[in-house]
Amino acid sequence: MIEFCGIELEHRIVNGSGTFDAIAARRVFGDALLERFPFAAFVSKTVTLEPRQGNPPPRLWELPGGMINSIGLPNKGLRGYLAEDLPQLAELPVPLIVNVMGSRREDVATLVSAFAERDEVAALELNVSCPNVKTGLIMGADPAELAGLLDAVRPCTEKPLIVKLTPNCASPAAVAVAAEEHGADAVSLINTLRGMAFDPHRPGEPWLGGGTGGVSGPAVRAIALNQVREVRERVGLPIVGLGGVQSGRHVVELRQAGADLVAVGTESFRDPLAAARIRDEASRFTEAFPANAQDPLAVVRH
Amino acid sequence: MTTLTPLGRRLTSVVERREYGAYTVITVDDRAAPSPRPGQFYMLTAAERWGGGDDERPFLPRAFSVMRARDGMLDFLLEDVGPGTNRLAELDAGDGLYLLGPFGNGFAAPRDGRRAVLVGGGVGIAPLVMLDPATTLLGFRDADHAEGAVLIPGARVATDDGSVGHHGFVTDLLDLAGHVEVYACGPPPMLDAVAALCNAAGVPAQLAMESGMACGFGACFGCVVPTRRGYVRLCVDGPVLEAADL
Repeated sequence: MIEFCGIELEHRIVNGSGTFDAIAARRVFGDALLERFPFAAFVSKTVTLEPRQGNPPPRLWELPGGMINSIGLPNKGLRGYLAEDLPQLAELPVPLIVNVMGSRREDVATLVSAFAERDEVAALELNVSCPNVKTGLIMGADPAELAGLLDAVRPCTEKPLIVKLTPNCASPAAVAVAAEEHGADAVSLINTLRGMAFDPHRPGEPWLGGGTGGVSGPAVRAIALNQVREVRERVGLPIVGLGGVQSGRHVVELRQAGADLVAVGTESFRDPLAAARIRDEASRFTEAFPANAQDPLAVVRH
Repeated sequence: MTTLTPLGRRLTSVVERREYGAYTVITVDDRAAPSPRPGQFYMLTAAERWGGGDDERPFLPRAFSVMRARDGMLDFLLEDVGPGTNRLAELDAGDGLYLLGPFGNGFAAPRDGRRAVLVGGGVGIAPLVMLDPATTLLGFRDADHAEGAVLIPGARVATDDGSVGHHGFVTDLLDLAGHVEVYACGPPPMLDAVAALCNAAGVPAQLAMESGMACGFGACFGCVVPTRRGYVRLCVDGPVLEAADL
């Protein structure tokens, strides 16, 4: 067992928010999903105050070494999530981390408060990649903006608050410093990188229904490694590292960069058990290279 | 109760490869997994050289309806139209293939004694091959593609260029008179036309649809299509949708 923000976890591999729907997967794969659940904690898709339908299709574009998604955070809203999703997610064999987003600080505070009193929820992750409608600034792109958000939501819960940093800003490390100074318990990075693709059949028109989207997959791994390293140099908070993880070696490298937990995202689309394979590879990697098995890498063996 | 899908992708092998004009059929040994129903689909990934080509694509698996399933041997109908289908269509006996599936709802039996009419277009004829023999109408681009019609004996054929059968759209051949139910799969304009004709005639139609898909099991939310109920994920709520719901 390892400890993360006071939560006991079986190992260090979790999922990236929005890359695995445990409810749909259980319908498809049955209880085998619970018996072989590949993640040490489950991070749910972003929940917003009101229901969202998501972006019009097409929502995906394949890239060399990855993809762009323009999903648009479809979800049932807070009320629907509490009534329909939370009871099902509470049946998972691992702690639940709920990811929330709002376009006003008050909305995020309402969401955080609603989950603060739910025993099914182990921690909250703040999706700060959207604009604050009052300031026009992306909540997670500016240290002062993020500080203002945390000042509004930190008093709402004693549960761990994880800030999901956006890579689409001048300095994720500076934002991470603000997160640490204003009461966050951990940071996770990287979120997807903003990107776009043109429609091959309609010159000059974007392919994605949402216009732009988020780039993920192995194409972003080098960026993730560097941003995790930069954040680790400036903050002492636990870090959830993610971005293009496809193998055990990638886990070890993110750990070397400073991540405490490692999340698997896009790779789970290619194989729902990818995270289990990756975890297995990571433990064999540390056994094969004893020099690397020194702290902090030894813990990968759990 | 539907059959559960095995969790995790599994390594299978191609046992046979055949060509039908513009199309390739690969047969895959999947005896370890449950049998699919007509209209269900799988996610296919070549075990080698997937993600390492000239531009590092393909990266994501590709979704294909199963065309035939006999004693654990699955047939998939492929047309080389891009980096993923190009790689899959060159697989030959002995080559490795990762499979995930079967996924999706598949076709339902005709309701209240209706007679099935099958309408297929191009590579979309694949899921119709598994259905019971019925009046079948198939549309293709040209004679090379129309060679695929042998997969459904007795089918009437239309081609865009008139080289085989009726010169025009497959929907020109569609007769909705009588107590019928339509099963259709093909390019979006064909499905739109079938849906419009059936909805206007009050004839139920089951449409096997396609959409760009990253996972196949509800994780990515990428494969949504608009319906009267809002966006639905084709992978877990389809790929067969009722024309009346569109």
